[in-house]
Amino acid sequence: MNIDSIQNGVVLDHIQAGKSMDIYKYLHLDQLDCSVAIIKNVRSGRMGKKDIIKIDSPMDVDVDVLGYIDDKITVNIIRDGVRTEKRRLQPPKKLVNIIRCKNPRCITVAEPQLDAIFLLSDPERHVYRCAYCDTAKGKKKGV
Amino acid sequence: MPRNIIDVTDLTVEEIDQLISTAEDILANPAKYQDACAHKQLATLFFEPSTRTRLSFESAMLALGGSVLGFSEASSSSTSKGETVGDTVHTVSCYADIIAMRHPKEGAPFAAAQFSEVPIINAGDGGHNHPTQTLTDLLTIHREKGRLDGFTIGFCGDLKFGRTVHSLVNALSRYENVKFVLISPAELKLPRYVKEEALKKRGISYKQTESLEAVMPDLDILYMTRVQRERFFNEEDYLRLKDSYILTPEKLETAKADLSILHPLPRVNEISVAVDKDPRAAYWKQVKNGKFIRMALILKLLDIHV
Repeated sequence: MNIDSIQNGVVLDHIQAGKSMDIYKYLHLDQLDCSVAIIKNVRSGRMGKKDIIKIDSPMDVDVDVLGYIDDKITVNIIRDGVRTEKRRLQPPKKLVNIIRCKNPRCITVAEPQLDAIFLLSDPERHVYRCAYCDTAKGKKKGV
Repeated sequence: MPRNIIDVTDLTVEEIDQLISTAEDILANPAKYQDACAHKQLATLFFEPSTRTRLSFESAMLALGGSVLGFSEASSSSTSKGETVGDTVHTVSCYADIIAMRHPKEGAPFAAAQFSEVPIINAGDGGHNHPTQTLTDLLTIHREKGRLDGFTIGFCGDLKFGRTVHSLVNALSRYENVKFVLISPAELKLPRYVKEEALKKRGISYKQTESLEAVMPDLDILYMTRVQRERFFNEEDYLRLKDSYILTPEKLETAKADLSILHPLPRVNEISVAVDKDPRAAYWKQVKNGKFIRMALILKLLDIHV
């Protein structure tokens, strides 16, 4: 199966197989007017299988969202058909309004207009804690 | 940005030691501090009932020569009309120099601090944190033992929803050679995040048990807590667990002669009234200490030096 190379845009590579639709939703790619290719189950020497997303338009990718969902993803910036930048991700230290606290006793549940703030408390296990009530949220496994 | 105390770890160990030192000085020389906060106003915003914490804050500010305004239940504020915590605090911060706030929802003081122009003190947020009770506990331990390190402390009762326990474990984990014994029914164990953040991350070992009698001889300090009806969604669970531990003079027979018994109060029946006469009971001294450590904290947050 062949997908044409893009001239100016972004390629998200090394997405865990089966997770590309989660990324599509989290990055709101459905709102783009350009071509977006979601390629699933591509053979990968390192990963066995992987997903790839190609976005045929320059855009600012929310690396905090991507770093939270899967910090193994690589972000390739393409200009004039050439990769000009390859970004590796880190789990962000702070998440604002990306996930919500599920603790029914937390003030952010009672007052949802408050910013939902999570802080990275355990980088190895990818554990985030609500800045308000300390409730833990593990690595995102799906939407 | 004003300085807030939302969690006891907002204070360094050095700052806590300094607060204890100031509180000791206030106890020794109260007249020296009687006008320290003249023309300053403390707002006590209590969205949840309280006796000791609210009155000790008010008593502390009055003893410093300041004045007090506020409310003691959510129904007498605009919260009953649907006002957010942020708007309430933003309003009050226009009238007061410092705010002490209690709220049933966890994290409400952290939310309030985002909207306040004056220092916010967390006076208890649901089952989460209660840093000024912790400062009270630390002052009491310091007065009873003469130090804040090198002892074995047992926490007994509701360690899950007991916010004073969470804060005190956090605070004591920063001192050297403190051994922790966690005594609770399985359903009311210390939350995993407290064990991970305060104990495991710092390499501190701890013992968990359901038997108070088994560990009584090992303890230098026994911190009793109440099983709190208001923290349960299910009345049946509360009724099943409420009498898990009741401290009696008989149970204290195997305890050390210099044990110190603390309790954040209010108690229901978890400490028998007969224990009040035991010289090892330190919980009424703890109540008194609460006023003096809060005086020290108000002075610090208002940056007033006497």
